This record gives sequence, structure tokens and C-alpha cells, in this order.
Amino acid sequence: MAGKLEGKVAFITGAARGQGRSHAVRLAQEGADIIAIDICRQIDTVPYPMATPEDLSQTVKEVEALDRRIVAREADVRDEAGLRAAFEAGVAELGPVDIVLANAGIAPMSLHETHGAWQDVIDVNLTGVFNTVETAIPSMIERGLGGAIVLTSSTAGINGIGGPSRGGLGYTAAKHGVVGLMRSYANNLAPHSIRVNTVHPTGVNTPMVVNEAMQEFLAQDPSLSNAMANALPVDMVEPVDISNAILWLVSDDARYVTGITVPVDAGFTNKK
Amino acid sequence: MTGRVEGKVAFITGAARGQGRSHAIRLAEEGADIIAVDICDQVGSVPYPMATPEDMAETVKEVEALDRRIVATQADVRDYGALKKALDDGVAELGRLDIVSANAGIASYGLAAELDETTWQDMIDTNLTGVWHTAKAAIPHLIAGGRGGSIVLTSSTAGLLAIPNMAHYVSAKHGVVGLMRTLALELAPHYIRVNSVHPTGVDTPMVQNDASMRLFLPDVDNPTAEQYAEVMGSLNALPIPWVEPRDISNAVLFLASDEARYITGVTLPVDAGSVTK
Repeated sequence: MAGKLEGKVAFITGAARGQGRSHAVRLAQEGADIIAIDICRQIDTVPYPMATPEDLSQTVKEVEALDRRIVAREADVRDEAGLRAAFEAGVAELGPVDIVLANAGIAPMSLHETHGAWQDVIDVNLTGVFNTVETAIPSMIERGLGGAIVLTSSTAGINGIGGPSRGGLGYTAAKHGVVGLMRSYANNLAPHSIRVNTVHPTGVNTPMVVNEAMQEFLAQDPSLSNAMANALPVDMVEPVDISNAILWLVSDDARYVTGITVPVDAGFTNKK
Repeated sequence: MTGRVEGKVAFITGAARGQGRSHAIRLAEEGADIIAVDICDQVGSVPYPMATPEDMAETVKEVEALDRRIVATQADVRDYGALKKALDDGVAELGRLDIVSANAGIASYGLAAELDETTWQDMIDTNLTGVWHTAKAAIPHLIAGGRGGSIVLTSSTAGLLAIPNMAHYVSAKHGVVGLMRTLALELAPHYIRVNSVHPTGVDTPMVQNDASMRLFLPDVDNPTAEQYAEVMGSLNALPIPWVEPRDISNAVLFLASDEARYITGVTLPVDAGSVTK
């Protein structure tokens, strides 16, 4: 049976591990080839270990095990030129991009945060999303075959959560900003049949959430803990749950869905 | 290959034609058996022909052609007793209940200040109270099954924004969102998920009729299909006049399936960008 994305090419940022790797694998299962980007190094203000080149190699291995092609590059979404070079290397090898997943993000909130946390999270989680879309859309418009873009926001893109720290405020501001970007791009790109939507995960079982610094940060204020806040009786969701929502959004099953926010949040937002 | 809702049973109201029939077929294609109800009769204040028993027979035929079972009953969602009996009989025959699509709905038109009371009341009774009746009848079966479940309420873009000349419809469809949000909270401990879908114009008899064409083209004597497509398309961001029933069915299927196992309390537009526009 043909996959839902047979013959398509997807550009995914933050693809070395966590949600990004899961998206790469899930889309590849449905027939897509992948251009995978990740910074694969540490940002100083981030209080947990970020992805490594070995992580990105593992994503490559898992996509290739599905008999799909993947071009993986180390690139920082804050660096427009580097991002563009990686994108173009992928297109040269795999062909034009149909799908864009702006997934790369950091969560620099901790009890011991540094002054630069605000700027770093705005740069990565908001400007990085803008850079990702700007990199991809000229070729999608020129090709004239439409396409689908999904921006990864958060429950913190809909609600005032994340706490009073510089990093937490920046995270919430950036994730709200992603919604504004999505709505503007959805309107601007609709005449080209390019659809743009956001997903809003609650806590996901990934290294960005499941680490000592985040657990310590959440423990200081029980109201921040997802375990207390989800409506469904689950502490966290799995990366594949976000991937399944994204798969639906980028497939022809959602061919007329654009400009919408899709929480995958176990009822978190509705419970607030 | 196993279907995405294999072995499940879905209760669908308004299933004789249009979106409801499409949902029945789409869910059956993915392995579900169907409990279908439809009024199959006219409501006095509705200005277009409603579904008939022949329409319902066609839905039955199409589901059975997929080798799935279907229990179809003529029942009015305004009549809780009749609706409950139709569902209880269906569950008795098909053995379980997993998915609910509260889809039955009507449309009619008029300025808020000029709507007559019957037109208002028929609308609220069908498009809001009928949805509550559907959920109320289904919830005991879902809880008794102990396997969770998925309830999808059909709202509209008019459940998220205003449309002049449809105050009663807009009120009912907004009310559906409040009902969805409350049910989502009440039922989360049972792992029963509740969401709403919000279609823009869909290519069905509820939209493709003279009354609707006159509403959207009030200054045109004999509106053509092309003129109607143009004015309907102007509501959307994507360059299309309306979506197909199957597009809504694909959203309902996604929400009903395990792919959306942690999605609850969500409003899901399938609207070609009309809300964001």
C-alpha cells in the first residue's frame, strides 16, 4: 500500500532527536524523503544537554532503515545563511520540498538561569521558525504545487504558563509569536495553496522535558507540572503523538486545513 | 492492512446523506460498524428539502458494500426517547460503542430581529439540544465499555465567528463548543475524548440549494452556480469555493482514531482558512 506522503520531500529542523527525529521517522514511514537539520551542539543558556552529531546520525540510520533517503546537516536555525546552505544541499540531492516542519526549539528555564536566556529562546524558538519558513517558501511558491508547513508551538503558545523566569517568559512569548507567524503565513500563502498550521504539545517525553534541570524547575511550583494539569489521565504524551498530528496536517487528508492551531495536549488547554 | 478504526462501532446522527453519510462510509472503510440515525423528514422552518428514507437506504447500501454492518433507524435528535432507543438497539445488535459523531443539523436564514420563534426554536432544538441528546444517550455506553472513546461534535465556522442572517445557527453552533469543552473535562477521567469540527461551506444539499444561494447573493435575481461558487470562495483563504464531505470525514476519522489518542477539548476547523482570514 502506498504511503500517504509517497514521493514528497520534508524539511525538518531539530531533527537529531526527540520530536524532530520522531517526525522524520513517521513521515519516512509514509514515503517521504527527509532533509534533517540540527544544531548538534550546546547553547550556553540551556540547562540540559542538547543534541549531538551522534543523535543526528541515529536519525539518519532510522530513516535509511525505512528505505527512504535523508540528507542531514548540522545547522543553526539562528544562522540564515547556514540554514539556507543546508536546505539547498538537501534539495540538490532529494528534489524540491513539499513539507516544512519548523520544530527546533529550546527550553532555557531553570532555577539557575543566566541573563541571556530571554534572547536565546526568542532567537531560536521564534526567529529560527521565521528563518526556516523564509528559507523554504521561495522555491515552494516558484514550483506552484502548493505544500504544507507546520510550526511547532506549545501549550505555552496559547496560555500564560512557563513561570516568571527570563527563559520561561521568553519561551511563552516566542511560542505565542509562532501563532502570529502561522496566521500571517497562512493568509499570505493561501493563494499558492500552501497551508500553514501550528501544533501545541503538552509535555512530551523527550530530553527537553525529561531532564534534571526541568524536573527541578517544575518541582518548585506544582502548578507548572504537566502531571497536575492534563485533563486525560496521562503525565506526558509521546513524540509519535505529535508526529501523528503533523502527519495528518501535511497529508491530503487535511488538504483544506490551514490557519489553525492544533493542541495535542491531553486536554491541558481546555482545563485551564 | 488493518483499518484505523477496525472493530469499533460508531454512532452517527444525520447519516442519511451529506456529511453524515460520508462519515459512515469513511469510518466503515477503516473497519467500523455503524449505528445510523436520521430524521428522514422535513422540519417546517427549513427552506430546502431534507433527507428521505431513500437517502438512508443508500447509506445502508454503501456501508454494506464495504462489508461492514450498519443499523439504521429513522429518529429525530429532538426526541431524546426515540434517539436513545435507536442507539440502545444498535449497541445491542453491534455489541459496543466507541465513536460518536453528532452531525445532524439544519440551516435556515433571517435577520435576528425578524426570525420567527419557531425558526429559532427548531434551530436550537436540532443543532444544540439534539447534540446534547446524542452525547447524553451515548455516554453511558462509552463508560460501560471501559475502553475510553471519542466524541466528535459537528460545529461550524459559525461556531467560532459571526455570520449575519444566521443568529440562531451561530448561537447553536457556538453553544456546541461550550458543550464540547464541558464534556471534554467531565469525561477525561474515563479516557473519553471530546472535540468539535468546524467546516466552512461543504458541497452538500444543506449548502447547495436556492435558499442558501439567495442568502449569499441577495442582489442577484437568478444566481448561477458560478456566481455562487465565487461568493462562497470569497469566504475562504485557500482558492476553493467549498470543501467536500470527505474532507470533514477525514478530520472526524483522525479524531476518532488512536492517532489522536491525546487530543481532547479541541476546536478543529476544516475551513480552507476562513476563520483566520
